[in-house]
Amino acid sequence: MKFSVTVTLKKDVLDPQGTVVQNTLVDMGMNNLKSIRQGKHFEIEVNENNQANAVKKVDEMCKKLLVNSIIEDYKINKI
Amino acid sequence: MKSSVIVFPGSNCDRDVAVALEKMQFKNQMVWHKETKLPQSDLIVVPGGFSYGDYLRSGAIAGKSLIIDEVIKAANSGCLILGICNGFQILTETGLLKGTLLRNKNLRFINKDIHIKVLNNDTKFTNKYNNEQILKINIAHNEGNYFTNSNHLEELKKEKLIAFKYCNETGDINDDSNPNGSLENIAGIFNSNKNILGMMPHPERMVDEVLSNKDGVNLFSSLLK
Repeated sequence: MKFSVTVTLKKDVLDPQGTVVQNTLVDMGMNNLKSIRQGKHFEIEVNENNQANAVKKVDEMCKKLLVNSIIEDYKINKI
Repeated sequence: MKSSVIVFPGSNCDRDVAVALEKMQFKNQMVWHKETKLPQSDLIVVPGGFSYGDYLRSGAIAGKSLIIDEVIKAANSGCLILGICNGFQILTETGLLKGTLLRNKNLRFINKDIHIKVLNNDTKFTNKYNNEQILKINIAHNEGNYFTNSNHLEELKKEKLIAFKYCNETGDINDDSNPNGSLENIAGIFNSNKNILGMMPHPERMVDEVLSNKDGVNLFSSLLK
């Protein structure tokens, strides 16, 4: 079973990389751009047939290593 | 005093800190991260560098290494722990110190001598300094922008757990003297028991007049008491 995990900085944490990317896109003429937050993306394959168990495992991976919960939020999606 | 320096793949200040410790008469041992036993130590140093190439987040992978379980056990039983630069990042990843180190606000790697002010000299790490003493000390990091939640920040202030703040050479603590965007200019913090110190500046680089200055000497000699 395959999942994607998206990790982003929490709303009130400064994202200087996202800001620089945003400013550059605006400079390039992308005038409708409202905001950009930069994040990380993981694709994770788990040896498990039961989806609930698999999600639990991926969630544990997020909590224990992939995500720093002080500054980051994450979303798990099945792919 | 016996000290141990933990060595990870990518540590690059491990030998510098060992030289500083030996100069101060510590009996030091280097401990590879795959070890599962720590030698008897009064002080454990988690040194600077780029452990695991800063993959995932600075300090994240090293924070899960085999020896870290032993470091956590030692810390909880009162052993003195000093985390410098990447070592500070590793200690936050283990949870031994609260908060985290974000990317520098200007997105640049900063390597220069800056000034810090001693905020609490009533600890095992800082007792040879005067309160408010200004030190000239080297920083070299990409993620030194300290961040924590407002409750913890209050605790840091109330319990005097802020060890050092960035300042200018006359001691002013303001945005201009903040090199990396760190919350309230914080350069180093203690845990609540004050047996763990994490700091971004490099005291081990300031122990020899020929190379730099001796502003880091008192941090190591404070521990000798």
